[in-house]
Amino acid sequence: MNGQTKNILIVGVGGQGTLLTSRIIARVAVQLGYDVKVSEIHGMAQRGGSVVSQVRYGEKIYSPIIKKGDADIILAFEKLEAARWLDYLKPGGMVIINNDRVDPLPVMTGKVKYPEDITDKIKGLIEKTFVVDATNLAVACGNVRAANVVLLGLLSTAVDLPGNEVEKAIKQLVPEKAIDVNIAAFREGQKMFTRIV
Amino acid sequence: MRRLMIGNEAIARGAYEAGVTVATAYPGTPSTEIVSNLAEFKDVYAEWAPNEKVAMEVGIGASIGGARTLVAMKHVGVNVAADPLYTFAYTGVNGGLVFISADDPGMHSSQNEQDNRGYGRFAKVPVIEPSDSQEAKDFTKKAFNISEKFDTPVMLRVTTRLSHSQTLVDEGERDEGGVKDYKKNPAKYVMLPGFARARHSEVEKRMLELKEYSENTELNRIEWGDKRLGIITSGVVYQYVKEVLPDVSILKLGMVNPLPEKLIASFAKEVDKLVIIEELEPVIEEQVKAWGIKVEGKNLFSLLGEYSPEIIEQCLAAESVTSFGLEKEIPARPPLMCPGCPHRGVFYTLNKMKLTVMGDIGCYTLGALAPLNGMDATICMGASIGTALGMEKARGEEFAGKVVAVIGDSTFVHSGITPLIDIVYNQGTSTVMILDNATTAMTGHQEHPATGVTIKNQPTKKLDIEALVRAIGIKNVKVVDPLNLSDLQKALEEELARREPSVIIARRPCALLSKTPADVEYYVDSDLCTGCKMCIKVGCTGIYYLEDEKKAVINTNTCVNCGLCSQVCKFDAIKIVEG
Repeated sequence: MNGQTKNILIVGVGGQGTLLTSRIIARVAVQLGYDVKVSEIHGMAQRGGSVVSQVRYGEKIYSPIIKKGDADIILAFEKLEAARWLDYLKPGGMVIINNDRVDPLPVMTGKVKYPEDITDKIKGLIEKTFVVDATNLAVACGNVRAANVVLLGLLSTAVDLPGNEVEKAIKQLVPEKAIDVNIAAFREGQKMFTRIV
Repeated sequence: MRRLMIGNEAIARGAYEAGVTVATAYPGTPSTEIVSNLAEFKDVYAEWAPNEKVAMEVGIGASIGGARTLVAMKHVGVNVAADPLYTFAYTGVNGGLVFISADDPGMHSSQNEQDNRGYGRFAKVPVIEPSDSQEAKDFTKKAFNISEKFDTPVMLRVTTRLSHSQTLVDEGERDEGGVKDYKKNPAKYVMLPGFARARHSEVEKRMLELKEYSENTELNRIEWGDKRLGIITSGVVYQYVKEVLPDVSILKLGMVNPLPEKLIASFAKEVDKLVIIEELEPVIEEQVKAWGIKVEGKNLFSLLGEYSPEIIEQCLAAESVTSFGLEKEIPARPPLMCPGCPHRGVFYTLNKMKLTVMGDIGCYTLGALAPLNGMDATICMGASIGTALGMEKARGEEFAGKVVAVIGDSTFVHSGITPLIDIVYNQGTSTVMILDNATTAMTGHQEHPATGVTIKNQPTKKLDIEALVRAIGIKNVKVVDPLNLSDLQKALEEELARREPSVIIARRPCALLSKTPADVEYYVDSDLCTGCKMCIKVGCTGIYYLEDEKKAVINTNTCVNCGLCSQVCKFDAIKIVEG
């Protein structure tokens, strides 16, 4: 496969805003002249189920979905989801996890326990594991719903996408009145990445 | 302009560029965005039809009337539309008609994973299959030309992965061909036996011509590579093959019915080993084998589910993918009803009353899952009501006092009306609940006849569900708020006790549609909470349980203060914040 191809897996829980993050990344990649493919999940899984968006860009992209063991980076909006999709990561790949816990139904009903040590387990397996608190940072920026854009800041910095291009895409894709909060959240995410890595 | 589009948007764009003036559909994942995108164009008439059969019939009328017409549906929608489709294949078109079958390998959001390429062979219509959004646009345009050239409806078959993947598309200009003349022609359009016999002969002639076309069309192409392995494939699976086997020879089929027999035979002759890679049914493989060509396919690949690059690699090269093994210890995350969902209280109550529940298709099918466990059967759109009557007739009136059919508002309009007539006509006593959340929720909130708004956001005559069911002959019609559990239970007890058919309409808009926040806020009084977990049994992400403290807590991030959990608490521990 082309060494330049970037494979990004964005995972989370239906309703967390993974679609917006993947669409912004994709738009930036288009602006930079890459061939781009994005795969999304619509329908039933969006009702609180496990969701995944896949973004691939490079010189020439065939499959819209990433092969297991080929993702350069996994961005997880929720801890458990990072673990669920971990097999997609390639050797030496990076995992960014928002330290957020959303109990799935079997946990809510007490059938099984939430594996509290899941991020430690991932850290034990993947050297480049970064656990961040994007939710609180989004609250500090003025809206808890901007956590996805904080994570976008981390992700885009990790894959070296130019910040001004990302900001351009944010302005195109978020509602007018939410632009300021989202730009602030994005910049916090960028700063956080430089801090932790 | 070149931009990213999901496959469905690209199909809409292709139809627009092809000069389509009429588009109709019933929403269904993964097909919904095709006609919702077409509705954005001012010069296209677009509509949500009550169901796929009606959509197909409107489409047929528009085609006979001379318009280029698009009809879209999910795979199981074609079952509903099959009756007009099979005979429309005899009459043929005036304005070109392309219908989209959006199949769902892997059942991301469906009740089965039938392979609708089979319909192409059965109904004798050509089937076109694109591999990315650019092809989705280009092939849609091409399909209109084929439709008019060969006087036939054309199926464009896509799958979830194509419908919902974004790839780059070059936009083109709209063909302003206009609407063709209409001339009365009963021998072509009135399918009396005498006329239909002549048309059947035309269909068989057409299939031979289409087969010849298939041999030469650019829709099918060979990409020569290493001739030790030749792959025949189509659709999005072609992309997976290119990804993991970039060097092999590939015959990429864009027209999968009728198949190009000579082209396939000549490709087979050139390669040492021939493998057909097709998701779901061995539609291509069985035909190729019948021609006496040696080929492998389903001996290597599964009949089940959606394929992926790693599946292609594993099945061909027997390479195993390494796993960290974490999956085993991760709890599953099935979809569930949203906080504030009006369906939750319904299934909580049905389960509590230990009723037999015949379910239907929509968000409320999630009521079957734990902890609500409120459903006994779900088959297809509209089946709840007929299956409830069947249960009653099998097990007697006594049992009928314990059976409820549950169906959504959009689904009721789709195909719940005729079985309700059956209950009245054949003296059933079943109780039918219509969960009216004022939208088609599961597919992303589309309007329908009972919302009083069209796809283009125009106000229109609103279907009055109460008046309709009364007109059918239901005397006992009650409307309740599903967030009021005691009213709901009382209504169910009264209507189930009656030896007459009843309809209970549980009416409250979808929680995702309500824009105004609740004017109250709930909290758990930890002094009163006994840790009994009754509130947890409503299965809502708005409330959770602290194991260490043995107390329930409201999740203020997700709770929308619907108050359902406070109604099930026996200790009045879930209270409204004062002031």
